[in-house]
Amino acid sequence: MTGQITATQLSKTFRKNQAVRGVSFDIAPGEIYGLIGPDGAGKTTTIRMLAGVMDPTRGTARVNGLDTTRQAEQLRAHVGYMAQKFSLYGDLSVRENIEFYADIFGVRGKARAERIARLLKFARLDQFQDRDAGVLSGGMKKKLGLACAFIHRPRVLFLDEPTNGVDPISRREFWDILSDLHIEGVTIFISTAYLDEAERCSRVGLMYRGEIIREGTPIALRQLVQGDLLAIITPDLQIAENVAQKLPGIFEVQVYGDRLHVFVDAGATRAREIEIALVAAGATIKQIRPAAPHLQEAFISLISHL
Amino acid sequence: MTTHHLPLTTYAPDDAVIAENLTRKFGKFIAVNTISFRVARGEIFGFLGPNGSGKTTTIKMLLGLLHPTSGAANVLGYDVVHHPEKIRSMVGYVSQKFSLYTDLNVIENLNFYGRAYRVWGKQLDARRQIAIELAGLVGVERELTANLAGGFKQRLALAAAILHEPQLLILDEPTAGVDPVSRRDFWKLLYRLAAQGTTIFVTTHYMDEAEQCHRLAFIHEGHIVATGTPSDIKEKQMRGSVIEIDCDPPGRALEILRQIENLDETALYGSLVHVVARDVAAQQPQIERALRDAQIAIKSIAVIPPSLEDVFIARAKG
Repeated sequence: MTGQITATQLSKTFRKNQAVRGVSFDIAPGEIYGLIGPDGAGKTTTIRMLAGVMDPTRGTARVNGLDTTRQAEQLRAHVGYMAQKFSLYGDLSVRENIEFYADIFGVRGKARAERIARLLKFARLDQFQDRDAGVLSGGMKKKLGLACAFIHRPRVLFLDEPTNGVDPISRREFWDILSDLHIEGVTIFISTAYLDEAERCSRVGLMYRGEIIREGTPIALRQLVQGDLLAIITPDLQIAENVAQKLPGIFEVQVYGDRLHVFVDAGATRAREIEIALVAAGATIKQIRPAAPHLQEAFISLISHL
Repeated sequence: MTTHHLPLTTYAPDDAVIAENLTRKFGKFIAVNTISFRVARGEIFGFLGPNGSGKTTTIKMLLGLLHPTSGAANVLGYDVVHHPEKIRSMVGYVSQKFSLYTDLNVIENLNFYGRAYRVWGKQLDARRQIAIELAGLVGVERELTANLAGGFKQRLALAAAILHEPQLLILDEPTAGVDPVSRRDFWKLLYRLAAQGTTIFVTTHYMDEAEQCHRLAFIHEGHIVATGTPSDIKEKQMRGSVIEIDCDPPGRALEILRQIENLDETALYGSLVHVVARDVAAQQPQIERALRDAQIAIKSIAVIPPSLEDVFIARAKG
């Protein structure tokens, strides 16, 4: 394997709990790889093993050509790791926090001041450099966490749910910063529970109960949904939901504001059947048409058929 | 500071919430700036916005916990300034930091909250049972709250908030940090409550949840910058158009496109580049030319429908 991040049958067992069950990766330099899945799927454990901060029970991983178990010390110089609950010093300023990490990673000399200035600008924190980290908003704390993880200019970044609890505008900004890093050629391995963020990754692995159940580009994953998706626009949502759920060939019914999304085994036939049944039940149908599933729906549809 | 309350002349029985020019200042800072909106009974109303945009301040005013500096609000027929106690008895509220007693089990927590809302005896037993079934807590009644998974805790908080059969539920980021499958179950529960006639006023950062609301308002820096049904917002309220470009290499393309003036937004989506252009007819040829000059091959370029997030970001930029 020639990837920047490679793993073979990586597993981790905590007492009797098999948190990660034989996952393998081959991630090319410069990819943004998204690890997507619900809580408890094993995302954090996987990231910890890849970042060299936790030893696997079985299997091996190499990052930047270094073995994550036997060469964990050397690896530290080449990877940045942002834990889900990373600590910042609340009573130090933004700048002082970055300085602190610069000390830890031995960033010295002429490059230091320039790098810190650049990082502040990069993380869009230059205007806030003298503010105490403790009073920053959630989104700004995450950006500071990212700046600290990148102080030694690693080639690989591991980010564990960095946007959890962050509002949409700050989330977009965080991803814009990641795009900048991507352009510079940094390999990014990121976990998230926001499925819409998967759309911003080069490749995505869907993790569920310790395993990677699917892997591919966001476009390919959306096409993995079983059957077809129909959007039914109706003011009588409750009637429509109750009726649609009981019809044959229906996998799943989801309610969205002014419409139902119905996953069916065969779009064309079922559309007609649903229409007849709804009209018979007294529901008004404004429109019924095929729709493209979101990744969110693709994922839920996939795991409900396991 | 004078507090002037405009009379609400337009209250109708099917309104659950009306806000008219609602404003709250803290010193010189205007947290909520003359916002007006209406929520109909039985509606799921999504109140969205970044942190610090005025969401929680608005909720506090609706609950009568904070007085408006100016403007007025009416909740379930009562003025928030003059009848806060009436409102509170008819509203269920789940805050971001809703506290459940972790060393009590599910039933004990529900009993505690039921009594706090003055529901006693047989009535409490009956409503507790309904809430447990509705919230999908059957089977974990004797489980210590500390041992419940995240999704169950959220549903327990909701169960506690509906024991007094509120007509309006105000939920402040009820699903923050909850995984996608549990979030979907939680929303199914909200739909069941709404179908029974409960009005739901909910804040969220998840756009897939916003899509599930009947109507939305997006608040930014104290102002409501977009409002309507999710479809209406996506179809009619976008500033500019989203152009999706499939080209190679996308990273290099992004660098080039960022140098073009007047593009509102340039972002990378996997192998695709999204840009927001105010004037597609003029700017698309400009984009194509810039990429061609940089020897970047365009596989496809097309205007795509905006996502809700695209619209909010465009409206927030003003």
